[in-house]
Amino acid sequence: MIEYLMDSEFLLLLLKIIVIFGGVMGALAYLTWLERKVIARVQMRPGPTRVGPFGLLQPIADGLKFLFKEDVIPTNANTFLYVAAPVVSLIPALLSFSVIPFGPSLQITDLGVGLLFIFAITSLGVYGIVLGGWSSNSKYPLMGAMRSSAQMISYELSLTLSVVGVLLIANTLSLAQIVVSQQRTLLGFIPRWNIFLQPVAFLVYVISAVAETNRLPFDFAESEQELVAGWHTEYSSLKFAMFMLAEYANMVTVSALATIMFLGGWAGPMFGPALLQTALPTVWFVLKVGVFIFFYVLMRATVPRLRYDQLMKFGWKFLLPLSLANIVLTSLIVAIAAS
Amino acid sequence: MMQTIFFVFAAVAVGAAINVLVQKHVMYSALSLILMLTAVSVLFILLRADFLAVIQVIIYAGAIMVLFVFVIMLLNLPQDEDGADRLWWLKFLGIPLGLFFLFLVIATLWNVESSVDTRAGISGSAGAIGHSLFTDFLLPFEATSLLILIALMGAVVFAKKDL
Repeated sequence: MIEYLMDSEFLLLLLKIIVIFGGVMGALAYLTWLERKVIARVQMRPGPTRVGPFGLLQPIADGLKFLFKEDVIPTNANTFLYVAAPVVSLIPALLSFSVIPFGPSLQITDLGVGLLFIFAITSLGVYGIVLGGWSSNSKYPLMGAMRSSAQMISYELSLTLSVVGVLLIANTLSLAQIVVSQQRTLLGFIPRWNIFLQPVAFLVYVISAVAETNRLPFDFAESEQELVAGWHTEYSSLKFAMFMLAEYANMVTVSALATIMFLGGWAGPMFGPALLQTALPTVWFVLKVGVFIFFYVLMRATVPRLRYDQLMKFGWKFLLPLSLANIVLTSLIVAIAAS
Repeated sequence: MMQTIFFVFAAVAVGAAINVLVQKHVMYSALSLILMLTAVSVLFILLRADFLAVIQVIIYAGAIMVLFVFVIMLLNLPQDEDGADRLWWLKFLGIPLGLFFLFLVIATLWNVESSVDTRAGISGSAGAIGHSLFTDFLLPFEATSLLILIALMGAVVFAKKDL
């Protein structure tokens, strides 16, 4: 046992876990700062400025505030499920980072079914919202949870199906190999990223991903003008913080997945000394993910919420047929090209 | 190491399965069922059938059980459903049927021969299953898809009374 623990491979794995987990948690904290700052700028406000330069210490202040707030549990709530719900929400959200390749070697484990693993894990995340809404024993949270579960079931379909086109081209489910499969170029100068081969799938994926993470314009689980705060109305203190953390983690996961599947993952121009070359792929990856997250934040600041029936109609009658048609067309082309 | 993991998750699976029956509240039963399905998927991973494990979580724990929980929330059933009186005879029907089902499971396990090698390794299991689905098991596969289509149409007929 001791020999196994001192094994250099094991130590390397441990180091990777610490680096990725620490990096992701830090990034999640600063995403709240980024979101507040960007939205403020869109609305001609300065945003957080008081704590530290440019309000950069705001996430730390927020964290401390969450820690010291009173932890309220409603009298008629189902205590066990009420306490369990934030945990159920956060664990799947963080678990998906274990298979995401942040660079050629910066990946905790490269599962053969990595992509499906992420879909499986994220599909469990909905229970956090559902249980949180139900166990609060309150009307607004229940409404929010019901809307959210219906929405997530509907958009999970088109999200999963939009990826099939990419899988048909890449011919693998491993996330690292999907990235590797995109490393050639088209016509000599355009990178062979799947966004150019599968533009329809990309469009469907991005739209469904917004709905899947319950963000504006699809934030019906929350919709503060109608449901106070939706499924986490009754939550306070650290439990609320865990829900928020899970939401941001999911946002990063879908952005990272979009980067891996459609934008060539860690691929990018390589230059400079050897030390820089090892760090560059991760830099490109983080930059690409950052572009997606910036897009998400801009969407929240600019696009108004849809109506609930519009959301359902859009998902079932437009996105689902579109992604199905994309699969049929792609598999036809792949079959013809193979024969 | 592997054995410890097996016994832990096997115990969780059996315990959760019993809990599904014991719990009075429907919501707890549904949640126990989810726990059971997830624990079984870990057992699949131990058998190196990781594709099956992931599919188990996606379809059963992630999709079907979400619908169950959704319906339970929607109906908001009372804590202690008292419907046992009308269906008392089901108890006597249940025992022989349960024994028959147990017999079926044992008989199947007795005669099983490993026809599909799901253990083709960490990277190959999805490909191996896909290949055998579209060659050796093409007819059952297509028949299943027809069955699902019929169920789908049935659901539409139920939902829309005047077509």
